[in-house]
Amino acid sequence: MIKVEGLTKRYARTVAVDNISFEVEKGQIVGFLGPNGAGKTTTMRVLTCFLPPTSGKATVAGFDVLENPMEVKKRIGYLPETPPLYPEMEVVEYLKFVAKLKGIASSDVGRRVDEVMERCSVADVRSKLISKLSKGYRQRVGLAQAIIHNPDVLILDEPTSGLDPKQIIETRELIHSLAGDHTIILSTHILSEVEHSCERVIIISQGKLVAIDSVANLTARLRGSEAVSVELEVSGGRPNPTEVQQRLETVSGVSRVMMKDSRDSKLVFEVESLQGRHIRADLARTVVNSGWNLSELRSVGLSLEDIFLQLTAGEQKEADVKEVQGATV
Amino acid sequence: MRSVLLICRKELNAYFASPIAYLLMAFFALIFGFVLFNATRDFIRFSFQMQFQGGGAPMSINDQIITPLLGFSSTITLFLVPMITMRLFAEEKRSGTIELLLTSPISDLQIILGKWLGAMLLFLCILAMSMINIALLFAWGKPDLKPVLVAYLGLLLQGGCLLAIGAFISSLTKNQIIAGGVTFFVCLLLWLLSWATANDTGALSQVVNYLSIVTHFDNFSKGVLESKDVIFYLSMIFFSLFITSRAMESLRWRS
Repeated sequence: MIKVEGLTKRYARTVAVDNISFEVEKGQIVGFLGPNGAGKTTTMRVLTCFLPPTSGKATVAGFDVLENPMEVKKRIGYLPETPPLYPEMEVVEYLKFVAKLKGIASSDVGRRVDEVMERCSVADVRSKLISKLSKGYRQRVGLAQAIIHNPDVLILDEPTSGLDPKQIIETRELIHSLAGDHTIILSTHILSEVEHSCERVIIISQGKLVAIDSVANLTARLRGSEAVSVELEVSGGRPNPTEVQQRLETVSGVSRVMMKDSRDSKLVFEVESLQGRHIRADLARTVVNSGWNLSELRSVGLSLEDIFLQLTAGEQKEADVKEVQGATV
Repeated sequence: MRSVLLICRKELNAYFASPIAYLLMAFFALIFGFVLFNATRDFIRFSFQMQFQGGGAPMSINDQIITPLLGFSSTITLFLVPMITMRLFAEEKRSGTIELLLTSPISDLQIILGKWLGAMLLFLCILAMSMINIALLFAWGKPDLKPVLVAYLGLLLQGGCLLAIGAFISSLTKNQIIAGGVTFFVCLLLWLLSWATANDTGALSQVVNYLSIVTHFDNFSKGVLESKDVIFYLSMIFFSLFITSRAMESLRWRS
């Protein structure tokens, strides 16, 4: 549904987005994760045709954002970080305006407005001035505005920022209920947000893509299952890697064994446990009982926060090093 | 066209949802009424004198009241325009609603045209306040209708021109005060330049005089409809709206 290839956006002095590529399938909810200033908003603005990319390609539903912006705009619903509301309008008046702006036929406007007001539960403030609405209501009117023309793709920039916990839960549920018929990209810098709402995560930092993974993979680690790295000494071609792999798989509580590294002197495996199982002791016993030389056994299980921090901080360090090098040269 | 009218209606509603529209209309009605009162009083005093003493040139409401009055209105326009146009784009850029407009399936040109048309309609409403006074003159006197209509057309064209320039300036900033201030300065400059160059015959002065928008109103105020003035105004409006669309385009590439 959405395809981004080698996307770069450069401002006068900074590179906001640097050579990002990803794809989003139809009907998926994708979380766009990154610290503030990572380039989330810029990427979203390129996808919504608000900003043209400096280089690279972005297509939505097969239409290029540069060549066919009108077709892209028709298929996209966008909620910017601050909901684009006119304070002097009433809620219903505003939604009618947006509906017409998005090209809905006049005869359908009333029906659509009623529908989205029901869906985003703002019907009770329909004839209130937007300037009088609370932050939570404004956010929901913003969401109503984004879905009013029933777009294929929904792009939500920090949809839950500034809401109270109850409103956050309601907004999440609303986003979930929209997932079936819409492809959704939502950005956030709150990790639990992604865990609750998204199927896949795209992590970016400093304009660079750091990771794309399914939330299941990431949260599996978060929810107490652990990954253990097992390193064995190898001498004279023994032990045999496949033999080790099979033996490790029989240990109780193990869900998956992956060979990470096999050089002539060592073998490294990564073993993942089932949820809530501690497998390190059993692993050590199995290895030693088999007569192999265990050289290292180490937990590599990381929380989503850890993964996130590691991924983004790594980038930071690299950049710092480069800067220092540049300065000394 | 539907989108243009949609934006236009939204702008007009925004003007009337805030005190700004009423304030400008009241401001204009007050000043126009005051000036008309003075002009009419002088006219009547003068005509009494003529009755008793006899002689003098023939009196005409058109020449002695309406022409100077509408000429004066053209100057007032210079003060009104910045207050109308300052919010056009600056406000949308500041509040972020410009993102809604630019990510909706309508073109930049439709947005600009809609906004300009909205500003024009408000300007028309403001001018309409003066028509009450003019109607009074028609009720008690017998002025010529045609030159009045021509002068109003001139006011509209000149207003449209300045509004388009104001819209352009508003599209360059997110700060309404700056947009209004700069527009006011530009209007003032045009006025001063038309003065300064009026009696100068140098080539540069002539060009500046020609380009300073207000000079083209002179013919209109005398009730003379010249196609060169109409064409000048229309092309200025077109040009200003065109550079506004260029400014919006560059906003996308730069911001």
